[in-house]
Amino acid sequence: MADTTLTTDVTKTSSSLLVADERTKKRHRSEARFKAYGIGAILIGIFFLVTLAFSIVRNGIPAFTNAVVAIDFTLTQEQFDAAEGELFKTAAYEAYFNEALTNTLNEKGLDVEIDPDAIERILGKTGGTLREHYQANPQDLGQPVSFELAASSRVDGYFKGRVTRENMVDSRFLMTTDLDIVDAMRDAEVVKSVFNWNFITGADSGVDNPGGAGIGASVIGSFFMMLVVLFLSLPIGVAASIYLEEFAPKNFWTDMIEVNIANLAAVPSIVFGILGLAVFIQFMHLPQSAPLVGGLVLTLMTLPTIIIATRASLKSVPPSIRDAALGVGASKMQTVFHHVLPLAAPGILTGTIIGLAQALGETAPLLLIGMVGFVARGYPDGLISGFSDPNSAMPAQIYTWAARADVGFYEKAWGGIIILLIFLLAMNILAIILRRRFERRW
Amino acid sequence: MPILWLLLIVLAIAAAGYILGRSRAIASADSQGIKLHSLPNYYGMNVALKTIVPAFLFVVVWLIGQPFYVNSVVSGLIPESEIAEGSSRSLVLSEVRRAAEGLSLAVEKGVITEEIARNGRADFTNITERLREAGAIVTSQITQPIMRAAQEFRILNATGNLLMSIVAIFIAFFGAGWAWRETRARFRARNVVEQGIGALLIAAASIAILTTIGIVASLVFNTIEFFQLYPMADFFFGTEWAPSFTGRGGASELGILPLLWGTLYISIVALAVAVPIGLFAAIYLAEYASPRVRAIAKPMLEVLAGIPTIVYGLFALLTVGPLLVDVFGSGGYLGVDWQGGGRAVMTAGLVMGIMLIPFVSSLSDDIINAVPQAMRDGSYGLGATKSETVKQVILPAALPGIAGAILLAASRAIGETMIVVLGAGAAGRLSLNPFEAMTTITAKIVSQLTGDSDFASPEALVAFALGMTLFVITLGLNILALYIVRKYREQYE
Repeated sequence: MADTTLTTDVTKTSSSLLVADERTKKRHRSEARFKAYGIGAILIGIFFLVTLAFSIVRNGIPAFTNAVVAIDFTLTQEQFDAAEGELFKTAAYEAYFNEALTNTLNEKGLDVEIDPDAIERILGKTGGTLREHYQANPQDLGQPVSFELAASSRVDGYFKGRVTRENMVDSRFLMTTDLDIVDAMRDAEVVKSVFNWNFITGADSGVDNPGGAGIGASVIGSFFMMLVVLFLSLPIGVAASIYLEEFAPKNFWTDMIEVNIANLAAVPSIVFGILGLAVFIQFMHLPQSAPLVGGLVLTLMTLPTIIIATRASLKSVPPSIRDAALGVGASKMQTVFHHVLPLAAPGILTGTIIGLAQALGETAPLLLIGMVGFVARGYPDGLISGFSDPNSAMPAQIYTWAARADVGFYEKAWGGIIILLIFLLAMNILAIILRRRFERRW
Repeated sequence: MPILWLLLIVLAIAAAGYILGRSRAIASADSQGIKLHSLPNYYGMNVALKTIVPAFLFVVVWLIGQPFYVNSVVSGLIPESEIAEGSSRSLVLSEVRRAAEGLSLAVEKGVITEEIARNGRADFTNITERLREAGAIVTSQITQPIMRAAQEFRILNATGNLLMSIVAIFIAFFGAGWAWRETRARFRARNVVEQGIGALLIAAASIAILTTIGIVASLVFNTIEFFQLYPMADFFFGTEWAPSFTGRGGASELGILPLLWGTLYISIVALAVAVPIGLFAAIYLAEYASPRVRAIAKPMLEVLAGIPTIVYGLFALLTVGPLLVDVFGSGGYLGVDWQGGGRAVMTAGLVMGIMLIPFVSSLSDDIINAVPQAMRDGSYGLGATKSETVKQVILPAALPGIAGAILLAASRAIGETMIVVLGAGAAGRLSLNPFEAMTTITAKIVSQLTGDSDFASPEALVAFALGMTLFVITLGLNILALYIVRKYREQYE
């Protein structure tokens, strides 16, 4: 590196290609800066992606576990008979349970006052659960049975760190004093964290019970919607592409179709929701909140994607295939359906899967056709009611949870996103595998 | 769902027709001792096509036509006196429809008999209470004319559906029979079938046009209805957005300007994030990156485009919003009290910008790659550095395309819904502070239409006018983008 005096010297006399002058250095600095901007932009993009992934995983993972209280409990035949003889049967069972809990805690050397109301706030109605178990399994009487009772969502939140002594407000759901019992249970190691199957298989719960909410019913809703989308948009999209790519003459009507498809691909999704509301619900009186209607709307949204992918895939089949088929006497229609279409099938399939994945994550149109606000409390009864009965869909369910006031639902919303993203990831990986496996380069 | 059964019956007839037609063609060829004109399958397909297509076409036309007919008949049954002050005929009609649905529900649950549902009089039976008892949604007391109209509505629809099923099955049989009769060895089945399939292909392609017509029609008709209830000038130039849900008519202020401003402001913030990052990322990927870096970085950025918008919405609401409050809110790291709550223009704009980065970058990447290598080589040959080449040769050449890409991104930003519904806030406001909550056109379309199945009040109908505005703006931007790209594109062939 030349020092300053030397540089001024050089510029004074004559410039040399071997020594960088001020201007060249400036240009090189600006070059380095420009390159750094580019790297910075990429890094910012990747940083956003990582942040997004991190916040999804960190906030969503707790939805898959819940805290349960595991108690070894023995009920003798006499106790059973005595409890069944009482007027308030479940209360009698609750008394036995509280006694067992106190004993367990005392054994571990913890001395806590057990208040029945507090237990109910922490564990729900324990008596009912116990009674149901012993009525169903009378052979368990007199033997130790290990019960796992799910903690209420606020206690669950306390274990996960969502609820703390500082930020909680005493309510009929949980009091600060209850947390002493909870702490004692934790010290006695009767609380453990188990996988929350109910979140995956269960249905939505009421607005004040975040702990019981599950995404299962809305997965079914989404599934039925995707069936509608698949069975409508694949045939229609492929037929439209075949016409436009193989048969369409160059005329006004064809131009109109082309412009319309290009245009529909850019129409905001909420407008499709308005279309669905006005045409399918307001005009045709199809049932609100039904997966059928959601499927129809999403079909219209997915069509441009499928048409664009199918046309690209038809275009990539070389003309020599068509010429050969026509040469041996096949009609135009036979050429297309017997030769071109099978060769284009992998590309079409990939495009369809990607289109379906897009449709699966689409939320805005579902809001308008009433898939939000409907509490999907159960699974549909059968195949037909799966299409026509009100249900929710995964993204709509996530939105519903995000919009509820109880903070406990936020965890569920993030957990729902994990499930949704797993489906999307699986579909995209399937598309990539299909493409790698079957794609033919001509 | 009788329609599903109807479709299955028609399909079954078609399947039977296929087998019969095929065997009849083969039998005919055998008996006449000649070869078939077409392959046997074409004869079967001929029968199947002629069974399915006319029957389905009829069902579709009937399903579209029936509501028109029923509405006009029922509408004639409602006397002027039933239409209350400030109400409209369509409002009464939807009440009739609800009453009719309630009657069906009540019959199903056994609260009332079919006889009452058909002929009962509202002034003799306490029909309103009974319907409520059955769990039907009845908003007001059902009067006799409404009851009469509801009964007529129910009966007409039931008869209509029955008639449709009968006629559709008849058409299917007729088509099958006709096609079966014309099946002979000399019949040119392949040509006929191929013509039919060709027509079906055209029909499928025309669905795109039908969709556009559907969108425009559903927006235009409801918008016209809205402007009959609410003055157009107040909508377009009103600076106040305050819908009321209790009062109908004049009580609400439905000016679009606050929403339009919120939409534009959020879009500007989003573009301010997405355009520089996306553009620089595209330049780096196209001009500087080694193939290995490109192979990793490009898909990673594109993952951002594949994430559903609900995820971004939640990210805005629960992660970015609280984070911004921690920085810009009262008691935040900067010690300034700019942001009151998590929902703000900045929150939504920032997250929307993240969503648009891959959109801008991959479009720009394609455009930059389309600039011919000879232009780069010429620039390097004159001694320009890479950045000088990019700034003075490539970007000017790619400018129309990049401008088009930015316009497309803007159109996406304006039409984006979930991020603003969750991240931007609910109050329409004309303010310059980007840390304040504002709302957008899309967010208000959602809030005005969600949970409302009755589109007769201006508060619900305004959503269609908003949708119309949104549609026109995004369409305009898309067309402008296309126009710029076509008009100013340099041809390097």
